[in-house]
Amino acid sequence: MYLILDTNYLIQNLKEMSNGNMNLTLKVWRQKNAQTSGKFVSYKAENISPDMSFLEMLDVVNEGLTHKGDEPINFDHDCREGICGMCSLYINGHPHGPKRGVTTCQLHMRTFHDGETITIEPWRASAFPVVKDLAVDRSAFDRIQQAGGYVSVNTGVTTDGNALLIPKVIADEAFNSATCIGCGACVAACKNASAMLFVSAKITQLGLLPQGQPERYSRVQSMVAQMDEEGFGSCTNTGACEAECPKEIKLTNIARMNNDFLSAKLFREEEIHEAKH
Amino acid sequence: MSEIKQTFNSSLGKKLIMALTGLFLCTFIIVHVGGNLLLFSNDNGFGFNVYANFLTHFPPIEVIAYILYLSIVVHALYALIITLKNRKARPVGYAVTSKSDATWSSKNMGLLGSILLLFIVIHMSDFWFRYHNDKTMGFKEYRTDLGTGKTTESTYTPPVADFSHSVSTENNVEIVRVKDLHARVVYSFSQLWYVIFYVIAMGALSFHLLHGFQSAFRTLGWVHRKYTPIVYAVGTWFFAVIIPFLFALMPVWYYYQNVIK
Repeated sequence: MYLILDTNYLIQNLKEMSNGNMNLTLKVWRQKNAQTSGKFVSYKAENISPDMSFLEMLDVVNEGLTHKGDEPINFDHDCREGICGMCSLYINGHPHGPKRGVTTCQLHMRTFHDGETITIEPWRASAFPVVKDLAVDRSAFDRIQQAGGYVSVNTGVTTDGNALLIPKVIADEAFNSATCIGCGACVAACKNASAMLFVSAKITQLGLLPQGQPERYSRVQSMVAQMDEEGFGSCTNTGACEAECPKEIKLTNIARMNNDFLSAKLFREEEIHEAKH
Repeated sequence: MSEIKQTFNSSLGKKLIMALTGLFLCTFIIVHVGGNLLLFSNDNGFGFNVYANFLTHFPPIEVIAYILYLSIVVHALYALIITLKNRKARPVGYAVTSKSDATWSSKNMGLLGSILLLFIVIHMSDFWFRYHNDKTMGFKEYRTDLGTGKTTESTYTPPVADFSHSVSTENNVEIVRVKDLHARVVYSFSQLWYVIFYVIAMGALSFHLLHGFQSAFRTLGWVHRKYTPIVYAVGTWFFAVIIPFLFALMPVWYYYQNVIK
């Protein structure tokens, strides 16, 4: 009995190993540059291993295009292990594809089935203009970070780590927010192209820890001002960003940012007095 | 002054205005539904007409009423401004959109709000505007025998054109003369299209508040494991179920009482 079952399992496995490769149709957004308008172009992706990552699949397609003398599909990528935030791609209506809690580079082709048509679009937001094909300019995020997403540290001797007491729950919350890789999936997922999940994650990460306290209330004001300047939309609290975030950053951060912002504007000691800076 | 402007012009400041006006309107509908429950008392509109007279002649309520009108206008205006800005943030849409975790109501607040605004315009022009400006609106006289507590009613023709209301007692009989808004309610709620429109609008109110009430708290930054579940429960059961149900029941009840029965 067991022998029969095992044999079946082995045969199944062998079949998949020899035969399990997929043939797919890709509908890819092609756009020469920010000035020209783009369009969808269909490509065949043949003999794709289910063990490939989504980006490796695109590499295979691009190799074919290069051999034919066509322009390869332009897309952003870097570390390919889900920590750099470079890869993007709006795949079948989801930023980073249909799987939860992963980036495009961690998305495996076994998520799709043989014969499927996959639509690949760039992030859509006026603050993220298309550079070429699927690559968008996310320097708006850099400018928001530069507006206040840091801690100013004076030089001097290193203080003893144990001298700075941080409750475990606070440290965890700050660390969870710090896992934001700034990929922009929240903007891509939001119906308003709002960047509030990203900005609030950065504000939380620094604002909850003691090192970030002195600049907590000036930081939230300058980062929100820069966010508005870049032309991102507002938050409707739909929670689409939280659901699509590859790092599962929580919506609670946005409420915390709202709280810090209102507190900064209306109640904080630093703001009560006439500005002297 | 410019800093104040900057605060309320920011994306978070605009949402703060939406949240505060929205929550104020939420408190208003509690009062509104409470008062209108008088429509269910079988007294030929005695309680309801006296209540309507009180609302329009008690100065503090008149002041709050103007804050209320302002809130409705600001809430709608800011919704429009924010929506236009949000649209601008994504000029090119996606070819493929998928089902997301976001609730239907959260994604359709603009549509629901537009239905409600249309409803408010029709509702106020039919009751509020007429009550204040319609010279042809009739008066009722309610005579209550203070000994037996029995009330009889009759139409009343005021001797002067600018008569508003009067309360007097003669021979142990209390005589109350007020504008008969109740007759307008009976008339309006005897038209089927009107009843259907009211029920649809209250459906929109339900979904609008299902998202709006709890969202306002998030916008204010009030999220907490202790009270957020309470906010959700109140937003769902009280604001999205009980209140719209009671409001919708009014036209349905009157249509049933006066047309079907």
